[in-house]
Amino acid sequence: MKIHEYQAKELFHRYGIPVTLGKVATTVKEAVSIAESMNGPVMVKAQIHAGGRGKGGGVKFCKTVKDAEVAAKNIIGMTLVTPQTGPEGKLVSKVLVCPAGEIKQEFYLAALVDRASAKIAFVVSKEGGVEIEKVAHDTPEKITTILIDPIQGVQGFQVRKMSKVLGLTDKEHQKQLYATVSGLYQMLIGTDASLLEINPLCITDKGIEALDGKVDFDDNALYRHPEIAELRDIKEEEPLEVEAGENHLNYIKLDGQVGCMVNGAGLAMATMDVIKLYGSTPANFLDVGGGANPERVEAAFKILMKDPNVKGVLINVFGGIVRCDRVANGIMEAVTKNNIKLPVVVRFSGTNAELGKEILKNSSLTFELADSLAEAAQKIVKLVKKGGK
Amino acid sequence: MSVLLNKKTRVIVQGITGKEGSFHAEQMIEYGTNVVGGVTPGKGGQKFGKVPVFDSVAEAVKKVKANASTIFVPPPLAADAIFEAVDAGIEVIVCITEGIPVLDMMKVKQYLKNYPKVVLIGPNCPGLLTPDEGKMGIIPGFIAKKGIVGIISRSGTLTYEAMDQLTKAKLGQTTCIGIGGDPIIGTQFIDAVKIFQKDSKTKGLVIIGEIGGDNETIAAEYIKKNYKKPVVGFIAGQTAPEGKRMGHAGAIISGGKGDAASKIKFMKKCGIVMVNSPSEIGETMKKLLKKK
Repeated sequence: MKIHEYQAKELFHRYGIPVTLGKVATTVKEAVSIAESMNGPVMVKAQIHAGGRGKGGGVKFCKTVKDAEVAAKNIIGMTLVTPQTGPEGKLVSKVLVCPAGEIKQEFYLAALVDRASAKIAFVVSKEGGVEIEKVAHDTPEKITTILIDPIQGVQGFQVRKMSKVLGLTDKEHQKQLYATVSGLYQMLIGTDASLLEINPLCITDKGIEALDGKVDFDDNALYRHPEIAELRDIKEEEPLEVEAGENHLNYIKLDGQVGCMVNGAGLAMATMDVIKLYGSTPANFLDVGGGANPERVEAAFKILMKDPNVKGVLINVFGGIVRCDRVANGIMEAVTKNNIKLPVVVRFSGTNAELGKEILKNSSLTFELADSLAEAAQKIVKLVKKGGK
Repeated sequence: MSVLLNKKTRVIVQGITGKEGSFHAEQMIEYGTNVVGGVTPGKGGQKFGKVPVFDSVAEAVKKVKANASTIFVPPPLAADAIFEAVDAGIEVIVCITEGIPVLDMMKVKQYLKNYPKVVLIGPNCPGLLTPDEGKMGIIPGFIAKKGIVGIISRSGTLTYEAMDQLTKAKLGQTTCIGIGGDPIIGTQFIDAVKIFQKDSKTKGLVIIGEIGGDNETIAAEYIKKNYKKPVVGFIAGQTAPEGKRMGHAGAIISGGKGDAASKIKFMKKCGIVMVNSPSEIGETMKKLLKKK
């Protein structure tokens, strides 16, 4: 689960990390009054979950209150397009107004769970304020990773190493870095975060400060952090994905033409791949899960049909615990109730596959049946192409 | 032959009286697995069918000589269950539970370094199955057939897909290992390859990976140097966009790493025969084994 910058910064503050706080405004009037109270230049920053906000015009440096008013007018209500939002962009409903001090240096600092070592990795770089993926790709030597064993915790020598990487010579700055690193570590452990990123971490006239904050939490651990779960902003999420989540379906919207409904995450990905292999594109990832029953299948169908790009549906079920005959009943019900006219190809294998196929064959509705995934994909791709002409 | 699990393995089920645990314990017994007991704290002394239920794993080890455990407890209690099994001396632990917090698994993984003999499969996996001998987990038994190919897979239903094809291709399986879809898991691809390497009856391996992480490539490097039998591979997620988690917590391309194309390229370079569609796994393996 992601949160906004202003929420991340409030949490940083709570964990003793030096941070440039600010206040959130939802109207221009509010933004102006916050800017006035700050007595100096401010930053006005769009609050959406995607990164790259500056590039899309969602972050402005404002010397005067008048500038802040103009910036707030432009940003609040805008549809912000960044490299991470996709071409449709995100509607901005809030801005963060915070003091803009003089920046002397910009660094990168992040803490995350490293899957390979099963430790907590701190990623440090002198190249801050820029896209870290680009730095990692072009100049990997400029990035240092320090692994921290969860049994050992953050040790002084590790922070001294980070200090050296960043070239910090001032004793105060070194102390502030220690507060930042141990704060990030405590926060990661204390909130079950999977990623904490400060880009940039700056040296300003006040010392070391986090000027931005990006946080991602482990969804599986939210049950033990109700205060974190409350920070969720549902408006930032894809509405169809939210609806799917409410129905215990795992759905991710993509931009292709073939709607997919599959049991199991791996098989769902493989189904998408095979659709592409035979010349079309998947409209989504959809895992109906191990407990696929008629209700879930129907809910899944409804979600697929809400995507206007979908020109046909491929259902691929390998019955283990899931019984194909029950899925067949769900399909029948969904197609009849929702008056679905699009081509539907069904591939059943495993538990009660023959029974499932019989149910579909004996119906007055038309389904294309297939025995293998490859055959199913070829059939749906052909049907979708025919329909498009 | 087989690896990790055979007729003699003395299996218990942790969480045997729960909804998932009881359903699958029954399926495991029906398949012929040597299930010697179950564990549910507070329900010791009861019976699950013919099988005794104990309060702790330690008791099950003492009274029925359990040496393997399948865990079906809910996510908040799953790490505890793994620790308990290790502490009681169990050496093959299969954790089926999906949704364990990653920080819990981080602790488990560090703790297991003190127990090099313990094999943890999972979590978030379908488990282990050795045809005609037994199963620990949820893999449907009827698609399995005793044979000569080992399967290692991160995904449940793709494991079934591969098993089904190997059965239809009359090759069958020695043992199938579903290693799980989480970012931090016990047995990795490379560990599983090493386990199969010791089994002379396994004539070839199927490796089914996904986007995210680099465990497939680490195993591929090992295979190139040390494993001489045919290996067929598939990586799911070629069409997955960066930054979107594809169902499994571990299946995500992040920071430009772990994408399918580079994994496939690397695995090919290591001599693994990569298939474009999972439908080709069975036939591809058949051809490779005929050549030999």
